[in-house]
Amino acid sequence: MTEEEGPEGHGKHQRHGAHEGPGTPAADGGTAAGHGRVADGDAQGAEPGSDARGPGEPGPPADGGTDRNGGMDGHGDSDTAGNGATGRSGARVGRPADPGTGGDGAAYGPAGPVTGADGPGGTGRAPRIPTPRSSVEDSGMPLPDPSPVTAPPVSPPALVLEHGVLKSLLGAWALAACSAEETAAVEAHLGDCGPCADEARRLRQAVGLLQRPESLDLDPALRTRVLQSCLDRRPPRIPVPDWVAPFDAEAARLDALLQDIGDSEWHAPVRLRWFDGTGPTSRRTTVAGVIAHLLSVDGLVAVALGLDDPLGSVSGEEGTPEGRTEAYWRASHFPPTRSVRGPWREQSHNLVRTLSFTGGDTGTPTVSYGGFGLSLRDAMLDRAFECWVHAEDIANAIDYPYEPPAPRHLNSMIDLGARLLPAMLAARRQAGLAAPGRTRHLVPAGEPGRTLRLEIEGSGGGQWLIALDSPGAVASAEHEVAHVALDGVEFCRLAAGHVPPEEAAAGQVGDREAIRDVLFAAASLSRM
Amino acid sequence: MAKKDAPPRWDRRMQQRLARGEAAALGECYDRFASLVHGLAHRVLGDEEAADGITREVFVHVWEHPESYDPKQGPLRSWIAMLTHRLAVQRLHAAGTAALAQGGQGTPEDLERRVRQASIAARADFIVTSMPVPLRAALERAYFQRRDYRQTAVDLDIEEEEARRRLRLGLQLLSTAHEAAPSGVPPEAGEAW
Repeated sequence: MTEEEGPEGHGKHQRHGAHEGPGTPAADGGTAAGHGRVADGDAQGAEPGSDARGPGEPGPPADGGTDRNGGMDGHGDSDTAGNGATGRSGARVGRPADPGTGGDGAAYGPAGPVTGADGPGGTGRAPRIPTPRSSVEDSGMPLPDPSPVTAPPVSPPALVLEHGVLKSLLGAWALAACSAEETAAVEAHLGDCGPCADEARRLRQAVGLLQRPESLDLDPALRTRVLQSCLDRRPPRIPVPDWVAPFDAEAARLDALLQDIGDSEWHAPVRLRWFDGTGPTSRRTTVAGVIAHLLSVDGLVAVALGLDDPLGSVSGEEGTPEGRTEAYWRASHFPPTRSVRGPWREQSHNLVRTLSFTGGDTGTPTVSYGGFGLSLRDAMLDRAFECWVHAEDIANAIDYPYEPPAPRHLNSMIDLGARLLPAMLAARRQAGLAAPGRTRHLVPAGEPGRTLRLEIEGSGGGQWLIALDSPGAVASAEHEVAHVALDGVEFCRLAAGHVPPEEAAAGQVGDREAIRDVLFAAASLSRM
Repeated sequence: MAKKDAPPRWDRRMQQRLARGEAAALGECYDRFASLVHGLAHRVLGDEEAADGITREVFVHVWEHPESYDPKQGPLRSWIAMLTHRLAVQRLHAAGTAALAQGGQGTPEDLERRVRQASIAARADFIVTSMPVPLRAALERAYFQRRDYRQTAVDLDIEEEEARRRLRLGLQLLSTAHEAAPSGVPPEAGEAW
């Protein structure tokens, strides 16, 4: 096909050409009739000709993609070989999305001679011309074995192939994926061999059904809506506990993101960032490394539930999230690849499932994080939170949009952070990282003490009273010494160590030192 | 279609879990099949919101009537695809009929044709997503990446003869999309996909 022959012009002409084209020899009519006869006997017989098209497209443009390498009829013409070799590209540019058109053009299109005459008419469509396929040499792809393709550019000698080979070429021919000589040989053969012509027609028609997969991103919120509709119609006998729902939702959201990313993106660099108590710190890994990290740390809950430890025998010496992650990374000889997705997802499904059965009311095991422990409920909220935070790390690394969690899930994550603050404050105080405070009293457990009011704005927000003096003290509005207001997502970024406490955009009123301590304590909740 | 490489054990187990009302199983089922369901529904209906609606209907049906799936008849995946196909085609048909009744353009024959086209396109999608990976990979190279069969063979590290075989077999499978559904009549349960 020459530059001037846009696929549309090609197709357009082809249709008319079958009946009136000047370049269409009598042989064309004969061949078309022949195919019609054959077609009647096969599965497509019910929809010959324009019937296979969508409605409203009996006209030529719908044919855009059909006549890739010349019709089967072209075999009688000396142009056909050259045409067939290059014409294949037209098919791609045409409309792979138009089902059913492929077969048509293939069966009835006298592409060879007609398109030659069509040259000028097609010029206007030049922009739609696909790149010629001959540029493989420039593409960096491995070169194909050139052996049989050493023919001169014009009128290649006829290739003589045996029937079995010709038959085996039918798929490649239908896809316009064989050499010019082979195309010519196949097409010559189709004139003589009914069964092959029949199959050729069927396969060419099938090509028209190849379509880009519908890769529309599923709306992540659809999952929640669909599942809720189901559960409203038939209440579950074994529900997923409320406190597991955020993890379930976040894992599903991350998995949907992972489903859409390509092989190379799995190796995109990601910097894990957290606040180590005194300042920001980070660790470099990849997208796949992040999933390995989630797999390793989710494994803490799996172990607490008696499920398999994803680390197996290499379990980190100290059992902290960081220790486990480093151990997992070390244990694999190669950097993690997309193959970690399966085990990570399987484990997250297993956790949700197991927790649905255990419920968590009685004998709730404590999940050990190495230095500290969390109840099963809080551990699952923590894992949901981490899943979101790292999903966002990944999304940023590969430049995908990613939304915050559903408001009620965000709310329970914030609630977890707020509940952990008093203990973190106390730990920091003990480590000399937080000021004892000018007015510090030792407050007996259960007694009200100095209190900071944490006001979280935005959806998922609320108010939390934070006991400042000790984890055992009761927070009380009457003892409020400071008031901090910030956005919910901002608070989560602070607690993830992604925003330095000094820079957390907070509205602050009251005891500045108390506020500073609380913001630093929030950042210190973060870890790898 | 591709029944042989389905994991019947997983399917049976999923059915049992759904039947005993395990919400976590519903979530897993959604996670595994939602993009298939939504993609097929979208292919038939060409509309995001309508595809969302079909997705909901499909999973509601799966959740309310897990017993209507018979593992002996084939993989759960095929059953869900068929259910999606049926519901989506029904909806397309109903919407088209309603439009005609209100004086919309076209004839009932146009509608039948449109429904049939959509139906074939959706079945083709399902065939492509369900065919053995080596066949799909070969078609992907030859069609979307415009590689000829020799290049395809090099890319996939197979013999040229094997590349030809895969392309042909892949298209043969795909061509079965034209079978089954006659005119606008949605395929009934149990009909071959």
